[in-house]
Amino acid sequence: MNKLIVSPSPHDENYMKTSGIMLNVIIALIPALCAGCYIFGWRVITLTAVCVSSCMIFEYFSRRIMKRSNTVTDLSAVVTGVLLAMNLPVTLPYWMAVIGCFVAIVIVKQLFGGLGQNFANPAITARIVLMVSFPSAMSHWIQPASYEYDAVSSATPLAMGEGAELPSYLDLLLGNVGGCLGETCALALLAGGLYLAARRIISLAAPVAFIGSLAALMAIAGEDPLYHILAGGVFLGAFFMATDYATTPITFKGKLVFGLGCGIITFVIRKFGSYPEGVSFSILLMNILTPYIDQMTRTKIFGAKEAEKNEG
Amino acid sequence: MNKLNGIRLNHRKNTENSPTEEFHLPARVKIPMSMTMGASCQPLVKAGDMVKVGQKIGDSDAAFSVPIHSSVSGTVTAISDYRTASGAVCKAVEIETDGQQTVSEEVKPPVVTDRNSFIKAVRESGACGLGGAGFPTHIKLNPKTPVDTLVINAAECEPYITADYREMIENSADVIGGIKLVQSQLGIKGVKLAIEANKPEAIKKFTKMAEDDDSIDIVTLPSSYPQGAEKVIIYNSTGRIVMEGQLPSDVGVIVMNVSTVAFLCRYMHDGMPLVRRRLTIDGNAVSDPKNIMTVIGTSFRELLEYCKTDMDSVKKIVAGGPMMGMSIPDADMSVVKTSNALLAFDRYDQRKTSACIRCGRCVRVCPMGLMPADIDRAYKIKNIEELRKLKVMLCMNCGSCTYVCPANRKLAETNQLAKTLIPRK
Repeated sequence: MNKLIVSPSPHDENYMKTSGIMLNVIIALIPALCAGCYIFGWRVITLTAVCVSSCMIFEYFSRRIMKRSNTVTDLSAVVTGVLLAMNLPVTLPYWMAVIGCFVAIVIVKQLFGGLGQNFANPAITARIVLMVSFPSAMSHWIQPASYEYDAVSSATPLAMGEGAELPSYLDLLLGNVGGCLGETCALALLAGGLYLAARRIISLAAPVAFIGSLAALMAIAGEDPLYHILAGGVFLGAFFMATDYATTPITFKGKLVFGLGCGIITFVIRKFGSYPEGVSFSILLMNILTPYIDQMTRTKIFGAKEAEKNEG
Repeated sequence: MNKLNGIRLNHRKNTENSPTEEFHLPARVKIPMSMTMGASCQPLVKAGDMVKVGQKIGDSDAAFSVPIHSSVSGTVTAISDYRTASGAVCKAVEIETDGQQTVSEEVKPPVVTDRNSFIKAVRESGACGLGGAGFPTHIKLNPKTPVDTLVINAAECEPYITADYREMIENSADVIGGIKLVQSQLGIKGVKLAIEANKPEAIKKFTKMAEDDDSIDIVTLPSSYPQGAEKVIIYNSTGRIVMEGQLPSDVGVIVMNVSTVAFLCRYMHDGMPLVRRRLTIDGNAVSDPKNIMTVIGTSFRELLEYCKTDMDSVKKIVAGGPMMGMSIPDADMSVVKTSNALLAFDRYDQRKTSACIRCGRCVRVCPMGLMPADIDRAYKIKNIEELRKLKVMLCMNCGSCTYVCPANRKLAETNQLAKTLIPRK
């Protein structure tokens, strides 16, 4: 007979592992990626591949240099790579994308302790770093369905000036507009988000609060709410960035506050700021507030007495 | 009324339709002197003594103790040292059986005239909570504050175990008898018989039996773990909240396991103390899972072999359920009063623990509304003030947080370690 293993309870196991969660996120991103590929052409695939592989390589070597365990197999670097790629214009030079991956994985994620320890969303932060470093390359939008990349420049729907002919709702839903390669097709992003919610990987609290508050504020301000939630990176941000585990609050209440904050900040930037798009900044700002939101939105403990005031 | 958090488990109640099988009398038994919560007993017999079934062989003067009776007739061969599942060492009485099962003269129905004599009789029966925790029944039935509700815990929320379910199906009259007994002796108005929704047969049976009795209310609990936890079952069946530091009797409730009340009913009729029990034998290393009735002191190894377990493949043996049971180091340990299940597995969890990804699953599932991920962090830096604020003392170690953790962090274990940091007042 073998030596018996003695360990603390529970002895039953659950099979949802970290890598399983990440795999589900990747699956949820596939529709939007396919849509991007259909809309903007094959360079979507190569750019995504460059991002994913450089994220994995950065993850592997930074962990090695820091003498930490290898975490490439948990697939979180793959998710970061795909998400970052989806936040880039399809024409971005590969070397710039690699710099973005370095910022995301090494600076934002690993220097703060790796998965779960980073305070800001790696993909969002990398996008912002690229945006302020290479403003022209990062706002070089091409017209959809145009396979000659350098031929025509166009604006994103949100950057279109007064009087320009705005795209229809249908175009926005299907992503037939200018923009980052993964953010234009609202329908595909919605499908991915609902898939994650159905698998109970994410809670819909933050996305609903985000999209809802943005629409409400835009309506109050006299803008077209539907147009504002469909255009730009709202769906990508709401379903895939505002639901990131490490950088958003844990409790349901906290997630609502987080989503609400994102909606308000996005509204303020879009309405009063000089940037046409505010989703990335709003999520980054709320990431920074997350520890405080967490402190203030702790769960109600069953049968707990109020803390005695004179204690300590 | 808000529902408390819980998790859906794979119930694996493979033995729910297996009628209880009587196990043959073992050639020898080893009866540990510590089986219940509280002080262990002193052996009242010595090597060479003849003992009979139901004869008291161990007792203690400590307030929190329960006497122990011989489960067999035969000769005491030794008083040895025995290590219990929790790691404590106590004495054990080893008896070689004579096969006669002669019943001791001590065994006769108790005479109950008032509440005091009832409590005394309950103590003499050797009864303790048969659901696994082993709380002395005579203490539970003697609360300091008035009690108006009796909650019968028939949730059996752990996977695999069907011992209580078989008691309900096979001895339903004893269950009702025991309920009426406790009800009349303690002057309790209402009874909630709380059964988990995954036992429709039992719910149907008792609904019919209690049809004419307005005081017994059959409560269907949702099929989510841990319904059988004391505070959870009280809230879900009565809506009352047992606050931090309170006992159930402080909110007017007593919770008793369904097999325990059925045992009390039988004891009042025949006076045979607690010397036998039913346990579920299952697990993926067990080829022929069964419900078995056997004498206290039977070796686990004999039971496993009887259920066609390939002992060479066994890597883990769990006494109790897979969520809260204890894994034991030795197959030669004995069946005790609290053994409701014996599970043998040919594998164990070998996943590595990785970093917390803050997914919040542990927070979502905690029935007490605790935040295990935060407790984990506070424990790492030994922040006692924070641990107090996070109310780690309220953790009942149901194991739900560890179970759902995708990073395989041992959160429930950490909670228990964190509790030891907080000085007792």
